[in-house]
Amino acid sequence: MLSSFAARFKARATRLTADLEHRVKIRSALESYEKARDERKALFQDWEAAREGAAAIKWEAVNHLDAYLVRFVEKLESRGAKVFWAGNAEEARDYIVALAKEKGARSIIKSKSMTSEEIHLNESLRQAGCEVVESDLGEFIVQLREEDPYHIVFPAMHLTRTEISDLFHEKLHSTPTDNPEELTMIARRELRLKYLRADIGISGANFGIAETGMISITENEGNARLTTAIPRVHVALMGIEKVIPKLSDLALFLPMLATAGTGQQITCYNSLIGGPRQPDEADGPAEFHLVLLDNGRTQLLADAEQRDALHCIRCGACLNACPIFRNVGGHTYGTTYQGPIGSVITPHLRGLMDWKHLSYASSLCGACTEACPVKIDLHHHLLHNRRNSVTQNPDRWERFAFRAFARLTAHPGLLDKLVRLSRPFLPLVRAARHIMPPPIKAWLGSRELPPVAPQSFRNYWKSR
Amino acid sequence: MKSEKQKDILGRIREALKIPAPIAHVAHRQTASSLPQPRAWLPPVPPDQAGQLAMFERNCEQLRTEFCPARGIDEAGRVAKGLREKYGWSLAASHHQVELDAVVRALGIETLYMEDHPAQTELEKCSVGITACDALVAQTGSILLTARSAGGRALSVLPPHHLVVAQINQLVADLPAAFELLAARYDGNYPSFATFITGPSRTGDIERILVFGAHGPRMLTVILVQ
Amino acid sequence: MKITLFVPCFVDQLFPSVGICAVRIFEKLGHTVDFKESIICCGQPAFNAGYWDEARGIARRVLKALSGQDPVVVPSGSCGAMIRNFYPELFKNRSEAEAAVQLARRTFEFSSFLVDQLGVTDLGSRFPAKVTFHDGCHGLRELHVKHQPRQLLEHVKDLTLIEMEDQTSCCGFGGTFAVKFPMISTAMGETKSRSALDTGAEYLVSNDSSCLMHLQGLLSRQKQKLKTIHLAEVLASS
Repeated sequence: MLSSFAARFKARATRLTADLEHRVKIRSALESYEKARDERKALFQDWEAAREGAAAIKWEAVNHLDAYLVRFVEKLESRGAKVFWAGNAEEARDYIVALAKEKGARSIIKSKSMTSEEIHLNESLRQAGCEVVESDLGEFIVQLREEDPYHIVFPAMHLTRTEISDLFHEKLHSTPTDNPEELTMIARRELRLKYLRADIGISGANFGIAETGMISITENEGNARLTTAIPRVHVALMGIEKVIPKLSDLALFLPMLATAGTGQQITCYNSLIGGPRQPDEADGPAEFHLVLLDNGRTQLLADAEQRDALHCIRCGACLNACPIFRNVGGHTYGTTYQGPIGSVITPHLRGLMDWKHLSYASSLCGACTEACPVKIDLHHHLLHNRRNSVTQNPDRWERFAFRAFARLTAHPGLLDKLVRLSRPFLPLVRAARHIMPPPIKAWLGSRELPPVAPQSFRNYWKSR
Repeated sequence: MKSEKQKDILGRIREALKIPAPIAHVAHRQTASSLPQPRAWLPPVPPDQAGQLAMFERNCEQLRTEFCPARGIDEAGRVAKGLREKYGWSLAASHHQVELDAVVRALGIETLYMEDHPAQTELEKCSVGITACDALVAQTGSILLTARSAGGRALSVLPPHHLVVAQINQLVADLPAAFELLAARYDGNYPSFATFITGPSRTGDIERILVFGAHGPRMLTVILVQ
Repeated sequence: MKITLFVPCFVDQLFPSVGICAVRIFEKLGHTVDFKESIICCGQPAFNAGYWDEARGIARRVLKALSGQDPVVVPSGSCGAMIRNFYPELFKNRSEAEAAVQLARRTFEFSSFLVDQLGVTDLGSRFPAKVTFHDGCHGLRELHVKHQPRQLLEHVKDLTLIEMEDQTSCCGFGGTFAVKFPMISTAMGETKSRSALDTGAEYLVSNDSSCLMHLQGLLSRQKQKLKTIHLAEVLASS
């Protein structure tokens, strides 16, 4: 029985996979990324050793998460930061909304935070009467379109410049233009005022440094720097799994995140924030609030087999490598986190039965695991999710079919005879494909049946 | 003083970690501290200053950071004046720092100083933000600065042009060296903000086409005083 | 030496010439080939679908039938990976754990066995045609089979190998994925077959018949002339 999420996934996948324009668009976007990434990887003295090293650091951090989180928070609080531990999305939203109300905040500027998408923060803030503006250009664009980000790193990769121009013309009343630079300047001008007027700046965090009590934010545009410099109050939202042990660990993670994520050696701005402004500093927010988010992460942590999924640095490399992603597109998943990592963790964060279909919607090619800079065993976790979903709630008919199949394979001679007998019926099967059982019908939708050889291998062997 | 929610989450974490995670595909588990330095894996950097400077310059060219060498503070002042003419700067913002002050004075235009706490709307009107820095990183072409060493957080990101005045002895080889410098200089009392700036602001969000000046400065210039 | 050939169900029933060619190749090299008639499936379909108990039932028969010392050769990357990489996981902490590890250690994909174990790259074959090669994902990423097929093809007389773009992209078969998510499977297969067609090759070669079955199905429906053929069949030609 398909969950409603699975049915929606299939419907969208059917539409998108047939959309050849979409296929070409995404392919060319990814090709430019691949070229840049390969050039950058080649410059590493030892990319594979770097992956091992990054995986080891993450293993250390995640498997001693309590100790590192405690140290992280102690350091932050000692420098004036306020830390709130949110068990779930609701608690995180409530804290931030209450803070906005307390400050009488009317206008909020945000830099890119997938964690804030995960908890559906913007909607709650809007309901509380705040204007919430996304400052990252890609997020700004999809926000105007009232749609979800298409990709965790490239939110608007599915849009052409013409579509963006039309959008700006409609929503911002700007002059239509096909020039990406002009379009960017339109957004820049629009957002300058928002930075200056914002009462609160909300950011995410790519890493939390336990040793020094800082968050690290990686970006190219400078919108996160402005979001965390101009408004009086800065709120950062961070998943608990983002903590890493030492400041010097960033010397490895920043280049790896950039290489795997965008094909850059390092992104334009990598900022470290350790609290509100200090007395000897010229400016900066008077208040810094860090909201630590669990929201199902401790559940994933408890699954020791898949715990390494929490090593994720949200680079998006697995999305870019995945043939399913590039054919169905980011919106088909219906989740905050798309692609392989999304397929692995969403069942843990949102329920296995509702989201197991994402783990089945994969050919298990392993390109994701190969691409992951921290060596998460992604495609094997898809197998683990499949197994867990069967253990929890197997489909009766499917289990019957596999049991029958298992029994049949115990009698190879019988199986052989049955297949030989089916040979003359194959043309009929093909002709009557519309009334065939789902698997056969699905195959025949686009493919011819394989031939059944007149003599099987075992018959040949017997007659040798 | 641990809050209830903190205790809950830490409790769940400790419970979860009672079962050890398999280590099949991580070779150096347990020895994260005994790992070789990342610099053994990252792109190589020449060991000498001349080689590092050349690498920094090449990176600047690739990143579209304008690189202006100067022999001494006086020439740095002349270079700055030349930039003022080239870009038509009318209003500058800066902070006080020994080498920086000389260059800003030579520039000869109206300058707001962060120590005087100008309004953000005033800062927004400036043509250029002029700062010192903590280090230049050869490996990546990055500039490291902090809120303490570079006049706060907004000065180097709000105005459309960021001018950095750096000294040759601030050049370090790679990112590991830059983090070592941060720790050595500030340990125990870090500024609330530090950043690695690698080129002018950019975005590829529209059809993956590179556009500069998305939100941060569209132009980044480094005057390196030797 | 004595080599046990494990012939997966789809090779046995649909593409027996792959197995027959493998037998001929090993016998020509002077080895004895054994075939266990009591087994027909490695259990991967059940395993991939998440039915690990049922997969274990099938795998136990395989463990029993293939017990011993002889190397086991599989003319399929996906079934080879099942036995080599996944049997140990399937039987972890169970009574069959040791047997699974032992079997895994001496199970090899066909081209990897020839090149890495026997040290053979030249079989004296001849196949006068332009071909392109598709790397089956399990062979490529689970068993690290990449250069071995190419080394073998290099020594085939009058054969020209043209590598396709995106050669390491998945063909889209993925077992039951092909019929559970046929629209995605088809889109992936279309991209792959386009890459193959663009090489101008007459034959699309692979070390995995399941990939070829899917791609041939698409190519035939599109009435393309490009023919699919297994590596063993090419190497057995003279």
